[in-house]
Amino acid sequence: MNISDKLKSNPAALWSAVVLIACALVALPFVLAMAGTTWVRVTNLAILFTLLALGLNIVVGFAGLLDLGYIAFYGVGAYTYALLASPQFNLHLPFWIILPIGALTACVFGVLLGAPTLKLRGDYLAIVTLGFGEIVRIFFNNLSQPVNITNGPQGISRIDPISIGNFSFNGSEVILGINFSGPVKYYYLLLLVLIAVIVINLRLEDSRIGRAWQAIREDEIAAAAMGINTTRIKLLAFAMGASFGGVAGGMFAAMQGFISPDSFVLVESVMVLSMVVLGGMGNIWGVIVGALLLSFVPELLRHTVDPLQRSLFGRLIVEPEVVRMLLFGLALMLMMLFRPAGLWPSKVRRRELAEK
Amino acid sequence: MSALLEATNINKRFGGIEALSAVSMRIERAEIYGLIGPNGAGKTTFFNVLTGVYRADGGAFTFDGTALNVKAPHEVAAAGIARTFQNIRLFANMSALENVMVGRHVRTHAGIFGAILRGAGTRAEERAIHERARVLLDYVGLAARGNALAHSLPYGDQRRLEIARALATAPKLLALDEPAAGMNATETATLRTLLERIRDDGTTILLIEHDMKLVMGLCDRIAVLDYGRKIAEGAPAAVRNDAAVIEAYLGGELA
Amino acid sequence: MDTFLQQIINGLTLGSVYAVVALGYTMVYGIIQLINFAHGEVVMIGAMVAFTVIGWLAANTTLPPLLIVLIGTLAAIPACVAVGYALEIFAYRRLRNAPRLAPLITAIGASIVLQQLAMMIWSRNPLGFPQIIPNTVYHIEGATITLIQIAIIATSVLLMAGLTFVVYRTRLGVAMRAASQNAQIAGLMGVNVNQIIAATFMLGAALAAVAGVMVGTYYGIAHYTMGSLLGLKAFCAAVLGGIGNLAGAMLGGMLLGLVEALGAGYIGDLTNNVFGSNYQDVFAFLVLIAVLVLRPSGLLGERIGERA
Repeated sequence: MNISDKLKSNPAALWSAVVLIACALVALPFVLAMAGTTWVRVTNLAILFTLLALGLNIVVGFAGLLDLGYIAFYGVGAYTYALLASPQFNLHLPFWIILPIGALTACVFGVLLGAPTLKLRGDYLAIVTLGFGEIVRIFFNNLSQPVNITNGPQGISRIDPISIGNFSFNGSEVILGINFSGPVKYYYLLLLVLIAVIVINLRLEDSRIGRAWQAIREDEIAAAAMGINTTRIKLLAFAMGASFGGVAGGMFAAMQGFISPDSFVLVESVMVLSMVVLGGMGNIWGVIVGALLLSFVPELLRHTVDPLQRSLFGRLIVEPEVVRMLLFGLALMLMMLFRPAGLWPSKVRRRELAEK
Repeated sequence: MSALLEATNINKRFGGIEALSAVSMRIERAEIYGLIGPNGAGKTTFFNVLTGVYRADGGAFTFDGTALNVKAPHEVAAAGIARTFQNIRLFANMSALENVMVGRHVRTHAGIFGAILRGAGTRAEERAIHERARVLLDYVGLAARGNALAHSLPYGDQRRLEIARALATAPKLLALDEPAAGMNATETATLRTLLERIRDDGTTILLIEHDMKLVMGLCDRIAVLDYGRKIAEGAPAAVRNDAAVIEAYLGGELA
Repeated sequence: MDTFLQQIINGLTLGSVYAVVALGYTMVYGIIQLINFAHGEVVMIGAMVAFTVIGWLAANTTLPPLLIVLIGTLAAIPACVAVGYALEIFAYRRLRNAPRLAPLITAIGASIVLQQLAMMIWSRNPLGFPQIIPNTVYHIEGATITLIQIAIIATSVLLMAGLTFVVYRTRLGVAMRAASQNAQIAGLMGVNVNQIIAATFMLGAALAAVAGVMVGTYYGIAHYTMGSLLGLKAFCAAVLGGIGNLAGAMLGGMLLGLVEALGAGYIGDLTNNVFGSNYQDVFAFLVLIAVLVLRPSGLLGERIGERA
């Protein structure tokens, strides 16, 4: 019996735990702000990456399809938002219209990519998705001619922040005598979205479609014999994962106010994959832990290792960016070699991978 | 009433090899129909053609009164034919219960939005899936093993779990590919009782099996394949004494 | 100037590089069905090591240019062989029987680690190729070909001939082919399969080293990020030709080079300048997707049954 099982059998303890965690999450940005607003921003990006990791987990973890071009959907969502809410085309649609459009557009791209390729064997599919990701980025980079759509490598700036009526998520505001900075407001918004996405993931996992995904991951032939239309169900996983990526991309564009093709390179796809692998493919809580770890640890290192190097050697020997990349690379390698089921594997994955 | 499955002149070639030539058979409702023959006689090929893994080169199937026109394996289950595999293919890392629940996929409808919104309809369907899966686990004698991961079950249990999973698709025809392979005598006896019960509850069974004792004791009728041709068909007693059958089996073994 | 002939020449040059790199992918895939995703990084390491040596020799000695390039290449080969061997031993061997995606994920990790290590050693700045080879240009029928292009094409032809000899005329080659047919049986027949796999990695890495020098010399620079895109394109070439098939890798490499060069040369005209040559990198991936969807076994590959 682990902790969660104990809690389930004791409703009072469960509820007090929930309340405690909720209070901690509400107070968190103010605690972080004491260390500097940067940390609130770091947290916001960490939540964004958690959203991405949860989306990719549907494709990689549940359905067992390795997608190496996942960041393309994030990019499609981000560009959709940027084009519909910036001076680029002088469009300023409200976010509650754009985010669904972004999700839908990303979803369409997911289907376009998946429909012809989902018959392929796993490793080929991985490379094709990677190629797709690169193609999308090349288009972001070059669709400034002959008609300027994406503004090329310069990217799109002055993107509208998310706002509801007169309430904008940008800039500070004093509410009830408490000063809420822009990042703090985005934090709460992201937290809400994250909770929604977690709930959706948990529900998907434990549903008819979720079981079909897992069945395909386990044995595609047997799944087909059970009447599962494997191509369709795999496409559904692709579309679902892509939509999540699209939403996260839209939030990213709104939050940063600026996007360029550089944010959607292959390395970013690999980063999200590392998060999923580190946490344990297919395990929602594990993936969240993986995403948070790989978002925060590099930042912590940046703030500890850099000063340390400077004081020891008088100069920077290993750049923080290098440390970050090495972490991702090593996470992928070492996890697959020594803990293939992830740091926090689901009971299922743990047994499966230990056996092979 | 018409036969449940009627195969007419089924042909299947692999390159130059005629794996099935003009095989015809009629499987009546609520019978156990055995398909036997020496190794390489075409039993599994027939099975694979029937279940959509291969496309027949000629001939036609009529199933439950209508032409069976299968373009992909997953359509077979929807039509009402469920199968098991010669070398067990369970969803190894899902629980026994989940395995059977997957079998309900083809008879249920909840989609992505149902799963996300989890409205009353979806919840009711989930409950029904769950309940049906429990009933079927109990039916095959695995009521206590619902939470065990499929691959952790003993061999005989895995075989029966595969049958429960197939039954979950509510098939009219249950096609079993050597279900007794590798079983000991006790397990085979349990299996035999189970199959008789499935038939008596109204589900027709097509059985490929090597265990002659089981086939002869269990089947209502038997067809014998040899080199892709049907050489005999009839009640076990008749088939057992058929000269061609004896020739095929003994001739093959003595040569 | 004749665009068509010119793009053919450019395409053959690029294609020569792709072909040599593709051989590394295809040999490894042929034996253990692994996409050695880090192979492109091995090419990069080769270019970096060679350029370091070449740069030093050019600055501090008066050796003839050809000898300098040769010494640089000879220095790069053992470095790449060591990296290839290390990849096999540390990253892949443990995962020989793991689910197919596990070694691929490891390979992606290894590729990032190699890139970062290269960056730490050689910094973010590209290494330049010293001006030691005369930039002689020959004119044929309105098109031009440089001495370097001729050298690249000739070298790749030599390498391919050499590899063909190794694979079809030596004991190692026989063992490699046996292991790619059926590693288990080859093992029973007395082939030390692990050794053969390691040898395959090393052979591929040696080719990668030379390819690194070729491509670096062609563009005049070597950079720690040069490997990934090159590697991917070479992989596309291997798939185009039929992965696991040596002749396929050579053909696929040349074809891909031609497709890219002609595509880049004509896309502007064909699309009324809506798309320009900056879409050059898209072609390889389009070819990859088209091949995998239409004929996954590639041009020369045999159809492999997917289903049990």
